[in-house]
Amino acid sequence: MTKPFLSVELLTQQFPDGAGDTLTVFENATFSVAEGEFVCILGHSGCGKSTIMNVLAGLAEPTSGTVIMDGEEISGPSLDRGVVFQNYSLLPWLSALKNVMFGVAARHPDWSKSEVQAHSEKYLAMVGLDGDAIHRKPSQLSGGMRQRVSIARAFANHPKLLLLDEPFGALDALTRGTIQDELLKIWNGTNQTVFMITHDIDEAILLADRILLMTNGPFARVAEAVEITIPRPRRREEIIDHPNYYAIRNHLVHFLGSRSKELAGQSSGSGANSPETIRIDRTEKDTPETDDDPTHQAHLRAVNE
Amino acid sequence: MVQKIDMRSTLLSLTILFVGVFIWHAATHVPDTGPTGVELSQGEMDTLLGKNMLSEDIEYYATQGVEFAQLEQIASLNLSRSMIEAAGGIQALGISAPDENSAPAPGSLFPSPTQIGKELWATIADPFYVAGTNDMGFGIQMGYSLLRVLIGYSLSAAVAIPLGFLIGMSPMFYKALDPFIQVLKPISPLAWMPIALFTIGDSELSSIFVIFICSLWPMLTNTAFGVANVRSDWVNVARTHELSTTKTALTVILPAAAPTIITGMRISIGIAWLVIVAAEMLVGGTGIGYVVWNEWNGLRLDRMIVAILLIGVVGMLLDAAFARLQRAVAYAE
Repeated sequence: MTKPFLSVELLTQQFPDGAGDTLTVFENATFSVAEGEFVCILGHSGCGKSTIMNVLAGLAEPTSGTVIMDGEEISGPSLDRGVVFQNYSLLPWLSALKNVMFGVAARHPDWSKSEVQAHSEKYLAMVGLDGDAIHRKPSQLSGGMRQRVSIARAFANHPKLLLLDEPFGALDALTRGTIQDELLKIWNGTNQTVFMITHDIDEAILLADRILLMTNGPFARVAEAVEITIPRPRRREEIIDHPNYYAIRNHLVHFLGSRSKELAGQSSGSGANSPETIRIDRTEKDTPETDDDPTHQAHLRAVNE
Repeated sequence: MVQKIDMRSTLLSLTILFVGVFIWHAATHVPDTGPTGVELSQGEMDTLLGKNMLSEDIEYYATQGVEFAQLEQIASLNLSRSMIEAAGGIQALGISAPDENSAPAPGSLFPSPTQIGKELWATIADPFYVAGTNDMGFGIQMGYSLLRVLIGYSLSAAVAIPLGFLIGMSPMFYKALDPFIQVLKPISPLAWMPIALFTIGDSELSSIFVIFICSLWPMLTNTAFGVANVRSDWVNVARTHELSTTKTALTVILPAAAPTIITGMRISIGIAWLVIVAAEMLVGGTGIGYVVWNEWNGLRLDRMIVAILLIGVVGMLLDAAFARLQRAVAYAE
């Protein structure tokens, strides 16, 4: 097996809990992401998803453990890891275009201003922003448009790893749908490795190659990695008819609904907490046809890495 | 709706102005400055007639406000009125009699709005005359004050803003310098004056130093506060884009904190303008503050009030300039 593009090894995060003790958010989390893979991480609030994201972005230091990307250990933030924050994090005194140019100029300090502008405009056009709108300040844009600018800023820099922290969490369902489609469209043309936090199961199935499932905290762990066995390109109105769609979806709902609690809460000692790979594929001929409960063990092919 | 409010507020402002000026006018109005006539008793009349004074002359001088004692003196001259007039009037003959200037003013000594208006017009018409060290146009005196404020304030900004950045960005420096700031900040600017006069010696430099020290604190604390409270998301954007500390300070923190910094600068310029007037009263020589004190000593209340009025107008203009700057750097989140 080749060395994975991104590998998270024995990552532990503890915070003081205010009463003199330490609170372990997650312990010895170990997982990997392949190059060009789109991975979503699903879990309840407080399970440490955002903390993992901050560690990957280099904005937070883990208590222990390492993250290796492309053969190098991560320390501190880098232009190789682009971040799209939940609250857009656009600089409010700059126009949409200038916000993207801010990122592009940081990535390519040797470019001329016109090159930076042309590159930025291209990426804004890719997320459907052009004309007058790109000269507006973020406060004059809708939430959806702001997040588009933020996505354009991240994609324009061609980071090796793109980190999306609940990018659509603050948007209404309709806007979320359009921007998800746009994200897929851009991503299809790139081979960009993406790591995304989400609360939305359908969003995760639509976008991801693999979904990491986290149990509840404290002592949260990445318990399962569910492969999405639905071929690309995916369209939201087509994938729901795919035989695997509801099987996967039911599995995820069951996990978040009950098993995330059952599996939560204990320190697991010093061993690595690697996720169990789950592959659900109804289209394979040799799958025995049984009841519809996807959590049923006979129904699943569990492969330990 | 807004237009209606604007119109009404303007109307109300004008009403308040007119009422104020009217009350001022009524309180300081001097109805007639001419001499008032003197009523003579029958006995006094008889005495004067007995001294061969013509009754029509007695009546004439009495309406001019000449008292009985002086009328007796005129009678003893034994001259006709036409001869007295030919000699240059009774004053010329050494008899004291009231004229327009010696008439007692029934109103207040405080200048009336019309006097102020005249003086104000004279100032606007010729603001830059120099007729001596104590008699210069208010434009020149205002220039002295503004120059002092400009120098002291600029020096202050050059120290306060970089230092504020340092304090805002480094919790260590904040904790180390905070006690000094807290103790020095509440000291009245004029309390620094004796120290400045003793150590610096020069009164000109001392007043500039006082402007420097009083402008320092609002700018320093506001800059530090603005810089320290820049949203961590924006700083994270800078970090994920691998910006250097200097670049982060200039391209992210400075624009983010600019509204707070300008607010501090606006407070500072207001204080500096308040303090320069007081400082100039204290050290004297030149400047609009000195003018106020000088005119008070010369009891030229009209000129003093004009100077005070101009201090207010210049202060307002300084504040308006910073308000404009504040709008220019403001952003909506």
